[in-house]
Amino acid sequence: MEKETCTFSYCQKPEIVEVETDLLLIGGGMACCGAAFEAARWGTPKKIKITMVDKAATDRSGAVAMGLSAINTYMGDNDPKDYVKMVRGDLMGIIREDLVYDLGRHVDDSVHLFEEWGLPIWKKADDGFSLDGFQARDQGKAMLKDGGVPVRSGKWQIMINGESYKVIVAEAAKKALEHNRLATGVAQNHYERVFIVKLYHDANDPKRVAAAAGFSVRENKIYLFKAKAIINASGGAVNVFRPRSTQEGQGRAWYPVWNSGSGYALGMQAGAELTMMENRFVPARFKDGYGPVGAWFLFFKAKATNSLGEDYCVTHLEETKKLYSPYAEKLGTCIRNHMMMVDMKLGKGPILMNTHTAMAELAKTMDAKRIKHLEAEAWEDFLDMAIGQAGLWACKNVEPNKEPSEIMPTEPYLLGSHAGCAGFWCSGPEDIGAPDHYHWGYNRMSTVPGLFMAGDICGASGHKFSSGSHAEGRIAAKSALAFILDHPDYKPTIKASADEIAGELYMPFETFEKYKTFSTDPAINPNYIRPKMLQTRLQKIADEYFGGISTWYMTSKTMLDEGLKLLTMLKEDAQKMAASNLHELMRCWENFHRILSVEAHARHILFREETRYPGYYYRGDFLPINDKDWKCFVNSKYDAENNTWELKKVPYVQLVAD
Amino acid sequence: MPSFVIAEKCDGCKAQDKTACKYICPNDLMTLNRDIMKAFNQEPEQCWECYNCVKICPQQAIEVRAYQDFAPLGGNVIPMRGTDSIMWTIKFRNGSLKRFKFPIRTTTEGGIDIYGGKPEPDISKIKQPGYFTHQGAGKAMPTLK
Repeated sequence: MEKETCTFSYCQKPEIVEVETDLLLIGGGMACCGAAFEAARWGTPKKIKITMVDKAATDRSGAVAMGLSAINTYMGDNDPKDYVKMVRGDLMGIIREDLVYDLGRHVDDSVHLFEEWGLPIWKKADDGFSLDGFQARDQGKAMLKDGGVPVRSGKWQIMINGESYKVIVAEAAKKALEHNRLATGVAQNHYERVFIVKLYHDANDPKRVAAAAGFSVRENKIYLFKAKAIINASGGAVNVFRPRSTQEGQGRAWYPVWNSGSGYALGMQAGAELTMMENRFVPARFKDGYGPVGAWFLFFKAKATNSLGEDYCVTHLEETKKLYSPYAEKLGTCIRNHMMMVDMKLGKGPILMNTHTAMAELAKTMDAKRIKHLEAEAWEDFLDMAIGQAGLWACKNVEPNKEPSEIMPTEPYLLGSHAGCAGFWCSGPEDIGAPDHYHWGYNRMSTVPGLFMAGDICGASGHKFSSGSHAEGRIAAKSALAFILDHPDYKPTIKASADEIAGELYMPFETFEKYKTFSTDPAINPNYIRPKMLQTRLQKIADEYFGGISTWYMTSKTMLDEGLKLLTMLKEDAQKMAASNLHELMRCWENFHRILSVEAHARHILFREETRYPGYYYRGDFLPINDKDWKCFVNSKYDAENNTWELKKVPYVQLVAD
Repeated sequence: MPSFVIAEKCDGCKAQDKTACKYICPNDLMTLNRDIMKAFNQEPEQCWECYNCVKICPQQAIEVRAYQDFAPLGGNVIPMRGTDSIMWTIKFRNGSLKRFKFPIRTTTEGGIDIYGGKPEPDISKIKQPGYFTHQGAGKAMPTLK
């Protein structure tokens, strides 16, 4: 296919804004908000310039935009070693224990800050029942940092009134940025509605990252940020597989619908090594509304069964152990999915969350006032973080204390901060006895010098959740500053000219303007592909060949090979993306990022010849787990210039004893 | 779906410095029709029902109509977000109502003092584990060694 270039012969040339900074934060979610807070404290006295660039408005950007009803990672009295064991058990034995331990020993400080900043945290009352954040305050309950006792929904989780969680964390980050801006004398260091789509290497050191380019989604402006170090925390990938709801309801994805794989694509284009991209997350959630189940399982002690009342985690355990021991016994997230799906395939569905029996059981020990409080707690769980689920219950007249609700495994997502671990291979801390191949000097730096990763895209270290992502952003910020201070004379320069970059970013505009009058309806035109169709085709390929819902998450070498052929053509077609406005231009680049993320995912699944994550995906040609050959990481490197891949095994080292 | 804008109530945030829903939507969906100076959701099938446009609208002109590809008609969830709490009204298809009120923050909006009372960082320790808060408080970080 002939490659065209944008010379601005048809579309309007944008203004090009060049910004020179020291530390660039890409993303505005929990991780970059943490990075801003820590970096501004350490860097400001040294006059290090810190800049944040966010695709959305930071008050409500990232995965916590809607709010949350729990903080899932808080150590409290727990030993971070036990946290490592939990994460390892849930993620089928292969994690970077150095990164996970490091996170565990840091994370509580972020949670203490959240409470200090105003996040209401539930506390345990003297009679053992729960108090919301206001009741706790009014009764003089101590803050967590002073020994206050949170309401634990599980060993690691604490309950919060989290509608404004992100607004609060963003306020602190914005103040940190302002503190830095005033001291360094720059005009602006917080850019909202600027979508970064590509990273650039240094002209003199082609391994090192030197700049990031993006465009405003509000006005015709291209931004080129040159930086001495970059923290990439721009999230995982949603709507990469065909979703169960394909019309309006596809917006109600479990993972935030705006996380389009940019985190992966940016690092991949810079040549950063990936790890465990074969991993994915398939949450089992309330059907269609995708409301959270964690509080129902852990806090309300509800049981999930098939429609005959059988507990599939009991009835199918022995059979599951035959293929997936010694991991099946740990009942990790994917294993529970697996056993649920066995029943679904036997026609024993729908699978039910028995909310009614759980509430009846709890109500036995409660008076009317407490029962009312319990009901409010159950609804708040949805209203804080999945309001659409509350709406669905209202539409279906569901009252959780009277009847059960259906749960179901969703379409797959790519991420690394929840019960998933797809991401980049990052350097870990030096002080905890990790092997040499786990660290190369700067904590959370990728294999590309100057490029740091945090949150959903720092790989092989899941179960960070919101607090852990914030904590990881802070860790990354500190070491990125150390990197900058170690290279005082470095000045970022890039080969590509600003005009060339503008042409590349605006190519979909040029294509649209050039061809739009060829047909009477610009929606159907043989010269280009609109972003919506590009995304739909990607979802169909991923779903049908790479183990989506339509094959019950099943794939194999032959399926992957065929899907990759189709994906290769889709990737070529991405050069023919067309955008009629800035919103569509954003969608074009998001979907290009999705394509790269999915390609990495498929190539990793192809390389790993076993089924490491039953219940997330299956290799039909290698159905059992195979520790002898595959208890290792799979790492890969994408060469964007030549469009080639290298994949390899990397040894796993256990640091925390069983 | 999707958020929708009640035509009679929306004034396009004429008197404000920005269109509130357009400013806040994390997915760049809410936009302004400049011909009639009213907002609308330009891509309803990409709406997460996060309600941030609903919560921020100064005219209470935005609501959410449940996704019709799986939700029966007639239910509705309406928030009223204040400075420290949020009130929710849930209307069921059968007409019954539930109301809840939850805390949202314990401090004044804009009142966070980020570094007040916090230790100064010691730049010589930047490569050691622990944040400035740990190090300044003399907290040793545990290790696996």
